[in-house]
Amino acid sequence: MPKDTGIGASDKRREDIRFLTGAGHYTDDIKHYGATTAIFCRSTVANGIIKSIDTSAAENMPGVLAVFTGADFADVGGNPAGWLINSRDGTPMKEPKRPVLAHGKVRHVGDAYAAVIAETELQARNAAEAIVAEIEELPAIVDMAAALAGDAFVHDEIGTNQCFDWGWIEDNRAATDAAIKAAPHVTTLELVNNRLVPNAMEPRCSIGNYDAGNDSYVLQTTSQNPHLTRLLISAFVMGIPENKLTVIAPDVGGGFGSKIYHYGEEALVLAAARKIGRPVKWTADRTEAFLTDAHGRDHVTKIELACEKDGTFIAFRTETMANVGAYLSNFSTATPTFLHGTLMAGNYTVPNVYVNVKAVFTNTAPVDAYRGAGRPEATYSIERVIDKAARELGIDPIAIRRKNFVKPDQYPFTSAAGLEYDSGNYDALMDTLEKHIDRDGFAARRKASAARGMLRGLGLNAYIEACGIAPSNLVGVLGSRVGLYDAATVRVNATGNLSVMVGAHSHGQGHETVFPQIVGEMLGIDPASIDIVHGDTSKIPFGMGTYGSRSLAVCGSAMVRATEKIIAKAKKIAAHMLEASADDVDFKDGQFTVKGTDKSVSFGEVALKAYIPHNFPLEDIEPGLEETAFYDPANFTYPSGAYACEVEVDPDTGKVRVDRFVAVDDFGNIMNPMIVTGQVHGGLGQGIGQALLEGARYDDDGQLLSASYMDYTMPRADDLPFYTVDHANGTPCTHNPLGVKGCGEAGAIGSPPTIVNAVIDALQSAGKNVTHIDMPLTPLRVWDAMQNA
Amino acid sequence: MYAFEIERPGTIADAVKALQSDGAQALGGGQTLIPTLKARLAAPDVLVSLSAIGEMQGVCLSDDGALCIGAATTHATVARDAAAHFAGLAHLASHIGDPAVRNRGTIGGSLANNDPAACYPAAVLGTGATIITNARQIAADDYFQGMFTTALDEGEVITEVRFPIPQKSHYMKFVQPASRFALVGVFVAKYADGVRVAVTGASEEGVFRWHEAEAALSADFSPKALDALSVDADGMIGDLHGTPDYRAHLVKVMTGRAVTAAT
Repeated sequence: MPKDTGIGASDKRREDIRFLTGAGHYTDDIKHYGATTAIFCRSTVANGIIKSIDTSAAENMPGVLAVFTGADFADVGGNPAGWLINSRDGTPMKEPKRPVLAHGKVRHVGDAYAAVIAETELQARNAAEAIVAEIEELPAIVDMAAALAGDAFVHDEIGTNQCFDWGWIEDNRAATDAAIKAAPHVTTLELVNNRLVPNAMEPRCSIGNYDAGNDSYVLQTTSQNPHLTRLLISAFVMGIPENKLTVIAPDVGGGFGSKIYHYGEEALVLAAARKIGRPVKWTADRTEAFLTDAHGRDHVTKIELACEKDGTFIAFRTETMANVGAYLSNFSTATPTFLHGTLMAGNYTVPNVYVNVKAVFTNTAPVDAYRGAGRPEATYSIERVIDKAARELGIDPIAIRRKNFVKPDQYPFTSAAGLEYDSGNYDALMDTLEKHIDRDGFAARRKASAARGMLRGLGLNAYIEACGIAPSNLVGVLGSRVGLYDAATVRVNATGNLSVMVGAHSHGQGHETVFPQIVGEMLGIDPASIDIVHGDTSKIPFGMGTYGSRSLAVCGSAMVRATEKIIAKAKKIAAHMLEASADDVDFKDGQFTVKGTDKSVSFGEVALKAYIPHNFPLEDIEPGLEETAFYDPANFTYPSGAYACEVEVDPDTGKVRVDRFVAVDDFGNIMNPMIVTGQVHGGLGQGIGQALLEGARYDDDGQLLSASYMDYTMPRADDLPFYTVDHANGTPCTHNPLGVKGCGEAGAIGSPPTIVNAVIDALQSAGKNVTHIDMPLTPLRVWDAMQNA
Repeated sequence: MYAFEIERPGTIADAVKALQSDGAQALGGGQTLIPTLKARLAAPDVLVSLSAIGEMQGVCLSDDGALCIGAATTHATVARDAAAHFAGLAHLASHIGDPAVRNRGTIGGSLANNDPAACYPAAVLGTGATIITNARQIAADDYFQGMFTTALDEGEVITEVRFPIPQKSHYMKFVQPASRFALVGVFVAKYADGVRVAVTGASEEGVFRWHEAEAALSADFSPKALDALSVDADGMIGDLHGTPDYRAHLVKVMTGRAVTAAT
């Protein structure tokens, strides 16, 4: 039964009132007295040697306060990669320096080589145009295969374009090769996981402030994880001590991964603020967002599925080239490896899995984690090749998946890709899916479509992902240079209301609503009396931020632990007030009661007592009521799902229309069903966008052809169907206190193969021998495929 | 954007005068020009806004039965006020861009710019409309001279467009997925003396008439009449969203659909 309050209730999102009425405070909304504007000079060529930069004219233009070039940052550190990946031969990955401003060479269109600080934006833009850079253009390195084969390098100092050559699990390689060689049937598929531009509604923006009196800095910036940004700036890039740097991420208008990372513009505004002694603001325009936000995906993969004639899976083997772009962004080395290769067993009991990933430098924008991050790539490869195998073997696409599913009695299940799945029930998800999709009626619907000249297809998919990242012990072994715990401080104020400071950062997820639902239920108080504080390193405990569907599973767990500490201490205070032993005090519905009596005090009375400790046993209990907990999970969480959709293809134009889409997910326990549904809707929109619409395309010269909304297709409402979303039958996560798994990325992970499988089904139904089309399945690509079939 | 001055004349005469100054540029609804300015791809000294000129606004019928549209009339107004007289044109206007574009963009601005993927050129050429300027009248067949190129002289201002109203017409657009401009748009108009077919979005030469289809449809106004025809891919635009072959194919498909839907 849905509840009307607390955990499991669909409380409306309290933050939406300010977002929908224009009362939010985004970074660009912040006005400082004496603020100045930074504008960057960006390379118009993909690869070039900086011969000279003449800033003299710009420096003398009206309003100009300072001009920076790469030379000004030559002596400071580089922006590092957060994960160290070792190649199959044991050598560490190649890590060329990523400078604040390009120095010596520019390496992608949009690479910043100079910056102007001026009184006004207009003055800064005019001066930026007056900077004369002599850049000797070199041939662009764009195609990954050519980059690996060629003898020209994005970073000359490393002498290769290969960042690493990673095998997972290397010890399984020989067995997998042998199994495939001996298999009765092998299905092979070559595919591209298309490069995406994140396109957060709010472009990146950073404001640097320097306080000469305290020799301290404040950076206000569009970040999903202000503590991580502070750590990177302090420990690696600028050496500003952490205690002298506050990073604040106020309201943030979407991130999808692109705002996890530290970018050079953040360092620049801090350095500039110190130099001129005034606040410095930079706000990206949309073109800068296209050219310089970390892009997503961009894998080229060959996958083989070996199976018995009856469809029993024997082995998956993949070879992938993963584009990392011109520089290593912070999570760029983890995304194609440990967020991808470890998931390559899918939901299946397949005994052999081997994954090879070569990461490749190219003269393109850096590529990093984007909603789903590695798991969409894994799911897409697995579920597309399964669909192809089912067709080749003449087995029903649901049946072949069910045949190989991990069964409910097999948990905990260690997959052939090395992860231990703690819980799940994939057959139950498929059962629910089948109830929703009316498969018996499909033939009639296909016939009705045909009567209108349309080809109808049904696409199916199952996915598993690993999120709630992650156990620090495990990720440490896997190469992470940071821990991946999170933290929360629960502060009970004297008057009984609460401020909860969390390390997670909400930029659309609804933390401000859901987190109070949980604490409110635990304490038996109204969620409206609880506020969440996030995004300010001077206020919150050291947490790792929001990405990888981790906020509730990791930070929420820390919050639960801190609240448990509050209850334990409050019990002691209540026992003192009630003149009883703490062991004899029960806490329920906000009341502390002495067992077997009617003696009780309320939570509010205890809170007041904690801060007005008259007649207080100070030798036993400290005053105040505030607790902090750090939580480091025991394992990833493993959301899973079964998806289906029906599409109609117009054979005369190649246009695909998604007629219906059903998403059945196991997110474990659900804290707020409405918000979970919203997260799934958003993920589906992005996944359908990847499948049908979105594609970042560079030409051979490294120019981004899809650098604006004139050529990069964002999903619009009329591109998307009404969704059926069902997450009612989750299996709780076994290792975190709320039993939650995470829902932010699922839709974007599960939907692309569902769509492509449906389109292939539609074309096959018309007798077209089309076995694969690379995403996005634009009208042109679908029509082309039909002409050639 | 660079700094510029702006003038808002109230009459055509004042607008023409203002446009004679160095570095002056006419501003219609601004749906192309303003983004161009924002990207610093143009740097006019003076923008002469045409939107306050009353004599360039509105939709009416002339004595000879033509539909006359003031050049500063927005797409939204055309969609509403032309509907009772010329459904094909109203339909076209109602599908340009999105509501924000339709409430700012103007027919004169679209025709003066002559974007090869714009919708209005197909209607103007597909009906043999007349472009009226401050100086003269220009037949549609003489007006369009290739991508972003027209018969307009420097400083010449479109003031009105006169459409002969067809017996039947329709505009069928296959949109470029990102911009939602026409990847291929076909305007078909049936008159007592024959059929005109104009295609936008497809050709490197801009909007053009498909004469073979006109002849076939004049003999038999049905999609079947097109069966034996094909469009040469030579000279068609090739880009991310459509190859020349694909565009050539779509010209035929959209023409057939326009004929089917014509009212």
